[in-house]
Parts: sequence; C-alpha cells; structure tokens
Amino acid sequence: MKSLQELAAIRDRMKQTVNTREAAHDTTRIVVGMATCGIAAGARPVLNAFTEEIARRELSGVLVTQTGCIGLCQYEPIVEVTMPGQDKVTYVKMTPDKVARVVSEHIIGGKPVAEYTIGAR
Amino acid sequence: MYRSHVMVCGGTGCTSSNSDKIAQAFEDEILATGLQDEVKVIRTGCFGLCALGPIVVIYPEGSFYSMVKEENVKEIVDEHLLKGRPVTRLLYDETVAEDNTIKSLDDTAFYKKQLRIALRNCGVINPENIDEYIAFDGYAALGKVLTEMTPDEVIQTILDSGLRGRGGAGFPTGLKWKFAAGNKADQKYVCCNADEGDPGAFMDRSILEGDPHVVIEAMAIAAYAIGASQGYVYIRAEYPIAVQRLTIAINQAREYGLLGKNIFGTDFSFDLDIKLGAGAFVCGEETALMTSIEGKRGEPRPRPPFPAVKGLFARPTILNNVETYANVPQIILKGADWFASMGTEKSKGTKVFALGGKIKNTGLVEIPMGTTLRTIVEEIGGGIPNGKKFKAAQTGGPSGGCIPASLIDTPIDYDNLIAIGSMMGSGGLIVMDEDTCMVDIAKFFLEFTVDESCGKCTPCRVGTKRLLELLNKITDGKGTMEDLDKIEELAEFIKANSLCGLGQTAPNPVLSTMRYFRDEYVEHIVNKRCPAGVCKALLNYKIDPVKCKGCTLCARTCPAGAISGTVRQPHSIDTTKCVKCGACVEKCKFGAISKG
Repeated sequence: MKSLQELAAIRDRMKQTVNTREAAHDTTRIVVGMATCGIAAGARPVLNAFTEEIARRELSGVLVTQTGCIGLCQYEPIVEVTMPGQDKVTYVKMTPDKVARVVSEHIIGGKPVAEYTIGAR
Repeated sequence: MYRSHVMVCGGTGCTSSNSDKIAQAFEDEILATGLQDEVKVIRTGCFGLCALGPIVVIYPEGSFYSMVKEENVKEIVDEHLLKGRPVTRLLYDETVAEDNTIKSLDDTAFYKKQLRIALRNCGVINPENIDEYIAFDGYAALGKVLTEMTPDEVIQTILDSGLRGRGGAGFPTGLKWKFAAGNKADQKYVCCNADEGDPGAFMDRSILEGDPHVVIEAMAIAAYAIGASQGYVYIRAEYPIAVQRLTIAINQAREYGLLGKNIFGTDFSFDLDIKLGAGAFVCGEETALMTSIEGKRGEPRPRPPFPAVKGLFARPTILNNVETYANVPQIILKGADWFASMGTEKSKGTKVFALGGKIKNTGLVEIPMGTTLRTIVEEIGGGIPNGKKFKAAQTGGPSGGCIPASLIDTPIDYDNLIAIGSMMGSGGLIVMDEDTCMVDIAKFFLEFTVDESCGKCTPCRVGTKRLLELLNKITDGKGTMEDLDKIEELAEFIKANSLCGLGQTAPNPVLSTMRYFRDEYVEHIVNKRCPAGVCKALLNYKIDPVKCKGCTLCARTCPAGAISGTVRQPHSIDTTKCVKCGACVEKCKFGAISKG
C-alpha cells in the first residue's frame, strides 16, 4: 500500500458489498415479485438486471429485494418501487431491457416511467 | 455481482453448534438451485446472540434466522433466496411482529440498547477478507494518521477521547502511550493482550474472530504514536479460530503493504507477530505476559519499572487489550469529541460484556458506559429463565466482585464498580439467580485463582490456599464465627502484599460476597444450612410420605442404594448412605422429594 488512493480504490471496488448489507436501513425499495408466476414469466433476469444496474451506477441506499405473489399474475413480472415521500409505483410486464430506463428516470430522476406502469394498461 | 449475502456466524459459539456444516449446506443448496452467481455465502464473526446460535443473517433484507439446523437450509434457499419469502417460522421470534411483518433487528430488545463500536464489524464482514474490512473504512484511520497527523497529535486525540484500558484496570490509554513515547530507545514494542482468561469472558476472542484487522490497524497506529517498529499479539492457543483468522489477516496486511516497510509511502515501518500462550491466567498480567513473550516462564516481576520504561526485552513497551485497540481506529476517524460524547464523566465510550450464567440471552453485548445493570439483565439479557429471581451479578471474574440485586440500578462504569467493591474486569458478566449460593460462588472463583497462582510470591501462593481452606470449612458445616474475621484479615493481607494483580485481586470475590451476603455465611456457620441448597455437606434429602406414591423410581435411580421402601408404600432415604447427588429429585414425578 503505497498511497491513500490505492486504499480508496479498493474501498470503491467493494462499495456494492457495503451497499447490500446496509441497504436494509435505507429507504428506496425495488421489490420484484418472485412467486412461481413471476419466476415463470421471467422475473429472475429482471431482478438481476436491477442489481447490476444499481451496482453499475454505484447507487447507495437502494434495496433490491423479492416478494411472493402480488396477485396480478397475468401482469408478471411485476416490480414495485417505493421511494421516500412518494406513493408506491407498480411496474408490470417488466423485462431486463426496461430496467435501465426505470433506474435512470425513476430511481435517479425521481420521475416514474408512466408507460411501464400498471396504470398504462 | 451478488444481490444477496448469506452471513453464517463463524464465531466459536456457533461453530460449536455446527455452523460450519450449515454454511456448507447453504453453498451446496445454492449451487443446486443455480443461484451461485446471485447469492454469496460468507462466514462472519460473532453476532452476539450466542444463546440462539447457529445464526444466519440474509441481506439485503437483514433477515435474522436463529437456531438454524441443517435440515432448514433447503427451505430457506427455496423460499427466501429463490422466491423472496422469508421463512418467518425460522426467524428470531423477536423480529417477527404479531401481524407477521418483520421488524428490524435494531428494534429487538437485545440489540435496541446496544451501541456497537468495538464490535461494529463483527457479523457484518468476512473476517478473512481484507477488502471487506477496507470497504467498511478499514485502514483509513492508519492512512490518516500516517499522512496527516504527528505522533503527538495521535496521542493527544486518544487522551482527549478519554479511552481507558478495557482489560479491566481502566488506565487511560493515551497516558500509557504518552509515557512510552517520551522514553528514548533504539527499539520500542507494541503488544496486544489477547490472553483472555476469566471464566466466562469471550469479548476479545470474538473481536479477533470477527474483525481481526481492526486490532492490526490499531496496533500500527499505536506503534506510530510511540515510535515502535515491532508488535506482538499474545494470544492463548486455546483460541484456534481467533489465531487462524488473525494469522490470515496479518498475512493479507503484509501482502497489501499495510504491515512492513514504508507503509503508505511514508518512512514508517511496522511488523507484527503472534505469540501463542499456553493458557496460564497469570500471563494476562502485563509483566508476566512480556516475560512469556521473551521465552521465559510466565511470571510477573515487580513494578516499577513500568513497561513504558522497561518492558519487553527491557525496551519501552505498551500493552493494550484487544477491545481497547478495537476502539482506536474509530476514534481517529470520528474524532475524540465523538467518543467522549458517549458514556459517563470518567468512563467514555462503550464496554463489551460477555453475558452468561442464569440469563435468557447469553451472548456478547456492547453498551454505552453508564448503562444500568438492570437494563443489561432485564432488557438486553431478556431476564432470568424459569421465573427465578435475580440475586446478583459477578463482574470482573475471579478478580472482581458481585453486584447484589439491591444495586441493580447502578450505572456501570469503572469508578462505580470499584465503589461498590467490584471491578470492570475484562468484561465477563455472570448473572446469578436465587439458586446460587454466594459462599459457593466465592469458593469457585477462589479455586480458580489457587490453581492459577504462579507461585512466585508467598501471599498469593499460600494465602489464597489458606483462604480456600477456610471457605471449605464453612461449606462443610464446620466453620465458626471467628473464621469470618480470619477470612477478612487474611484477604486484606493478600491484597496488600501480593506481587501482581492476580494475588492483589484474588480475595475480591470473597470480600464482596461477605459484604453483601454476610447473612448467608452466618447461616452456613450457625444453622449449618445452605439457603440456596447448593452446599452438599449441609443438605439433607427428605421424602414427603404424603406425596410419595411408592412408584420405586427413586429407589431404582439412586446410585448409592440409599432409598428403600416397598411398592405403593412411602419410601425413605437413609441419610448416612445418601451422596446428595439430587438424581432422585429430578426423577420423582410427584414432587415428593425435597432438599433443605
């Protein structure tokens, strides 16, 4: 270890680890429906796409997690996003391609992507 | 990229209840379900709630699974990791609310009043991965010290923080460093006392198992402050997991150049070695510890000269306890004021206690100084099991004393404990209920010090032995009231004349139990009775002829053949044959056998 920069580089590289373990205390939650219906409709790739996108953009305080059946099986994969001070937004028929836009416009920009939501159906 | 982390406790407590196999089962099951690229299994240090081990925590949700069995693993993987439904049935019941929602661990009685500074990374990081320690600001304090601060500034920060030695005596850490820094020498040493020997104490072990790098970082900081280039961690060989993790950590730190020459590109160089102790209690005493590192028999020597002047290999040396070191990097990063804002006037920060004995939540707790014993026992500890009453708590192990129920609201800090005749000690906290005989407890601790006395000085070697004989006389029902005076006189003499801390504190358990429970001693002597029903020589077992149904179970159980009687007739015990093992009481279904 020859400099503080080297140390900082390791810390930055490990940021995702810290975020995963500290996210439980934070507020933005991305919940992917992962019951049998969700998994069958392709929820796993969606979940992984969210995890990767959050890590790529080095966002902290965002919890990506799963839940069971939300009850609207025909609209799976369903993703619910809860942000502090906002109503819950429900995205339906999600695909990994749609993830980047949700992260950039909604999670970062604070503006839900209306056309992906259940209201647009 | 892992979306979920499965943290399996790899502390000694959980390892002894098979957590290794559970971690392996998780890895196998995760592979079987194809989740290996999404979920990572990590073996951590102690979570603190040892009573409920083996413990598994799953992030990002922070779900806390307790008493996990191998056969539960498949269900947790299928339900929680695959489908995202935490298995509430297997979660720690305190984290599940009545409406089946899951509460944060921070809201449970056990964790709510705790404040984790020394233990902050325990259960949070993988102790065998230096990168994880760095991710949680590890080695940032060392970097700051080496690039921004002078040694004097480091010492001043530690002084201002009010940090005192966590090994028990409570000497101001900054002052110790200042003395050693002021002495010029060609070579100085930094030592770490990890020779945790008190019965029931496991704080230092848990820190080394859960966060070994924090000790390495703090020792390097101390070395910079006093001008040392070599350090030793003196750790008992009875702690194999701690030794193994510390060895791994030292090697990783060397690989990264965080130990070795020219750390962070400065002209500061420091290296560290482990010295294994053979488990002698006296080697926790500083001069004996250093003598042992030198390769000699571990015996204390008179002070002065103090180690800061003439310590290891007759060079200026500082010796701090594991937990003391664990506080140092945080103090450097967050400042002396931050640390000094916690605790009481003269005892700053937090203290880790190993909570044991007659208490529901056995485990490791870290509380701000000044927390009352009541909070620890009733809230964090969850109270006494089986509806028994709290009688006393022993702090400081064989060097400390008891705190009776009447003083349960005493705020715990160094000075308050001394004032009530106990001491902080390294942090063992043994809770006793009404079934505990205080004479017997005093005897237990004294037997320990008699065994562990190194024999170098007479007051300790002979004095503690004679003191134990007097106690044995009392528990055998042969004591006299004059013996109590003799005990007090001898105890004071041992305290005043022993060479080292072991002897000077050995009579404390006797003196403090006599101070608060003298009536129990008197009861043993005058009425030949042990009120708690512990001292065998004073017990008599009796069968109540009204309650006895003559089932013959007791007679068949008795190993001494002391119980006689015919079927369906009340039985009786021949007290001359009875060995007072109590086996009959446990077997009797009718509660007909009593002791007293």
